[in-house]
Amino acid sequence: MSTVLFTFYGNELHVSHLLGAVLYIVLAPFAGGFIAGLDRKVTARMQGRFGPPVLQPFYDVAKLFGKEKITVNNGQDFYIMCSLIFMVISGVFFFAGSNLLMMIFTLTAASIFLVLAGFSSNSPYAQLGAERELLQMMSYEPMVLLAAVGLFMVNGSFNVGDIVTSDIFSFKYLVGMFIGYIFIITIKLRKSPFDLSMSHHAHQELVKGLTTELSGKTLGILEISHWYENVFLLGFVFIFFARGQILYAVLGVAVVVACYFVEILIDNGYARMKWQFTIKSAWIVTLIFGGGNLFVLYYVRTFLQQ
Amino acid sequence: MGVIFLLILIPLIIAIVLLAVKSDRLRDPVVIASGIAIAAISIYFAVSHFGGVVFTPWTQAGGVEFFGQSADAGHLAEGVGIAMMVIEAALAVLIIYLGIKYKKALAVVLAAIQTPLLIWFEQTRGHDVPVSSYINIDNFSLIMILIIGVIGSMICIYSVGYMKDFSRHHAGGKDRRPFFFFMMFLFLAAMFGIVICNNMIWMYFFWEVTTLCSFFLIGYTKTDEAIRNSFRALIMNLLGGLAFVCAIIVMGNYFGTGTLELSQVLEVGVQYKIQAAAQGMANTTEPVVGLIATLLAFAGITKAAQMPFNSWLLGAMVAPTPTSALLHSSTMVKAGVFLIVKLAPVLGFNSAVSVVPGFIIGPGFLVTMVGGITFLFASMAALSQSNAKRVLAYSTVANLGLIVACAGIGTAEAVWAAIMLIIFHAVTKSLLFLCVGTVEHNIGSRDIEDMDGLFGRMPKLATFLIIGISAMFLAPFGMLISKWAALQSFIDSGDIWIILALVFGSAATLFYWTKWLGKMTAVVAARESIENKVHGSEWGILGGLAAFTVAVTVTFPFFSKGVVVPYLGVAFSDIPEKTFEALRMDNMIIMMIMAVLIIVLALLFYGRTEKRIVPLYMAGTNEGDNLTFTGAMQKDVPVSLRNWYLEEVFPEKMMNRIGVIATSVFLAITFSYVISISISLYLYIIEGGGV
Repeated sequence: MSTVLFTFYGNELHVSHLLGAVLYIVLAPFAGGFIAGLDRKVTARMQGRFGPPVLQPFYDVAKLFGKEKITVNNGQDFYIMCSLIFMVISGVFFFAGSNLLMMIFTLTAASIFLVLAGFSSNSPYAQLGAERELLQMMSYEPMVLLAAVGLFMVNGSFNVGDIVTSDIFSFKYLVGMFIGYIFIITIKLRKSPFDLSMSHHAHQELVKGLTTELSGKTLGILEISHWYENVFLLGFVFIFFARGQILYAVLGVAVVVACYFVEILIDNGYARMKWQFTIKSAWIVTLIFGGGNLFVLYYVRTFLQQ
Repeated sequence: MGVIFLLILIPLIIAIVLLAVKSDRLRDPVVIASGIAIAAISIYFAVSHFGGVVFTPWTQAGGVEFFGQSADAGHLAEGVGIAMMVIEAALAVLIIYLGIKYKKALAVVLAAIQTPLLIWFEQTRGHDVPVSSYINIDNFSLIMILIIGVIGSMICIYSVGYMKDFSRHHAGGKDRRPFFFFMMFLFLAAMFGIVICNNMIWMYFFWEVTTLCSFFLIGYTKTDEAIRNSFRALIMNLLGGLAFVCAIIVMGNYFGTGTLELSQVLEVGVQYKIQAAAQGMANTTEPVVGLIATLLAFAGITKAAQMPFNSWLLGAMVAPTPTSALLHSSTMVKAGVFLIVKLAPVLGFNSAVSVVPGFIIGPGFLVTMVGGITFLFASMAALSQSNAKRVLAYSTVANLGLIVACAGIGTAEAVWAAIMLIIFHAVTKSLLFLCVGTVEHNIGSRDIEDMDGLFGRMPKLATFLIIGISAMFLAPFGMLISKWAALQSFIDSGDIWIILALVFGSAATLFYWTKWLGKMTAVVAARESIENKVHGSEWGILGGLAAFTVAVTVTFPFFSKGVVVPYLGVAFSDIPEKTFEALRMDNMIIMMIMAVLIIVLALLFYGRTEKRIVPLYMAGTNEGDNLTFTGAMQKDVPVSLRNWYLEEVFPEKMMNRIGVIATSVFLAITFSYVISISISLYLYIIEGGGV
């Protein structure tokens, strides 16, 4: 399956890498939109409503693209476009089996562009939303990096390709990291109790927060960018389980589905908490589960070597 | 070839000339011309010597050549040594005089101890120690020469316009600009000296000159605050200077038959490390080398403003902004990290063993922990700052912490990350400081809150600030790449504490830079441009530095391959199993391509829209100007937006206190290490062992 296409500074680019990247670029928006639709359906059922059709997110975005072309300034669209581009690039890194840290840093850049879009409007709601988004980033960033470090220590490589094909069941060694990661993707997926910067729920006092001043096509692009993002955030959950065998791949997908369900449950089960809770809880969880796991890993490894 | 000596002599002569020049009309061209000359010579010299071979223009065997005139190395060195000693003694008298005048007992005591101590050593012992090579110039020295010569000169040229405004703003007092420019150029001369000397007595001389220069530059305005802060800087740096003198004494007396050369200490240290590793004792340091490295690292830590000594650098911002730019980017603090990074091959520690108390506590341990803690807490302290210069200062302290931690790890790839950080930081931080200086003179404030809508008022300057801030933290620009490299090298060496410090510190870094960047990018309606008042020389320098920032970002993979890797090849030549570059070339190239992509996208698409521009959404009816809305009772409510400082979760004082206490604990542990080695050495010698 792996024919080498060309070599780039000692790094062989295989057909499978290219295939992963292309499939991600083409399919991720559909998968992401579909997940968003399911999310709304399941949420509705939890609240005793019937809910919109599963394809509703696609209808919404299609409608956004047909709206009147207005904006609050001439800079905002640029940031949203950059945000989408870098979001797609980081997903491409992930699905082409490339370096995990590089993916995380690119993802951070994409998020920063989104924050700048909020700031650039100089609107009270959007700016508050932007600052809260930043706080959310500060809350989850350490755990994302630690999870990558953990996967590296277990698998001996930062490359997603190596991690999913190596015969190591990462989850076994990284239970703490996994718990930490699940905790912080609640923030990343903008689920209550951490939906500070923008929210799908009506309880948000910031109107639509970060996205207040976005409209029409630009808002549609942001929505698509979220779909791209959610797909590889869930992909990150998957790689804790993948070890190059079908059975484990099935297990990985099952865990991803279960995790997303739990996220929806949490989303509906909690009111939004204060921002202080977000940063403190996220950092404490990161320190205890992420940091603790790292220490255990390191000492076990050193002990086994001796 | 004598070009290298010109690098010290030219700034020195210019400095003295400028002391005598009183008129603007004469000073301006002299500063600009000599700045350009120094930069040109630095570039010429560096480029013609990049290669990886250590260049030794002044050796015992080969003599010294100065533009065709060759001289006997020993005799000339003796003359230089005497001249240096006389100047040092004069400087000590000066410090004691000023200390008494301003009632600063500690400064008097430190000056009264260290200089006589060194003179005593030179008279009794130093005189007889043979020196084989006085000056060693490797690629790392050349990188420093480029930074000092190019960035330092640019800051001096910028000062021409800035100081005119500054003396207008501070009118009334005596115009002390001749003294200011004297100090600036003297600083450059001393910095060139530090980065090329292999003879530690010479390096110490230049080291002390930089301490004195920064003391006078910080106290430039002679206000009470300036005097207080300048003495704080002086005392902390003299403390480091004392450690430096102790290191020299140990080198001369207890290191084999005695040496004054840094290269010999490093060589013996590395050989010992290899032999120890071969016998299964990894991460063991030769005791005397360990002692010397600890003392020198301590000197470096004070100069690099690491916790618990970070307060001097924060206090230093009372000085005119070019001084801050100089201290933070190309001189002073960079001298501190230069020395520590030089020592890196004999540092290094493994956290698995070092957390067992008393098992191994060597210089690498000290350096890594101090750097890591400083990075974490300085980053978190910056969160609550709204004064732009304080944000920059904390960011400098934090980044130097990271460099110091990398040096402490002591692997080739960690040093690669450290050198990359030094380069990117020097370029970017000088740009940021000078931008803030120009903003301050034009809007009358250095508070980030007052930079609201700067993009409307000073579009070009705001663009430079955006470039600088992005380069400090955002992927795919320079500093982030170096941080990634640092993370990779920490993981490879297994230093978990430092990994934790890095991931949490980076998250804080992200927050404080982005909220500033947000202020810069905010498009605020109806502002008039006030940019036309900025001096031409300031524009030239700011534009040049912005271009540099972009240039280093897009060319670093080649710079790494051509310059940094050859240096590591020499410095780590004996140590087996090493990777030089912390990042793989393919990843570096990808990052570079992404950086180009952002620049191209911004040039093509920023600010272009065919959409209809509509008013913002506000809590009441927007009155149409995006600055006021109609509130309750039909009142006009002006909108003003403030940044978020999280004081409650990250109080500045507490962050400083925790950092200072934690680093002090490690310094205390190290102090006990120094004492214990000294005692065992002493006992060994009285028992007639000799070393």
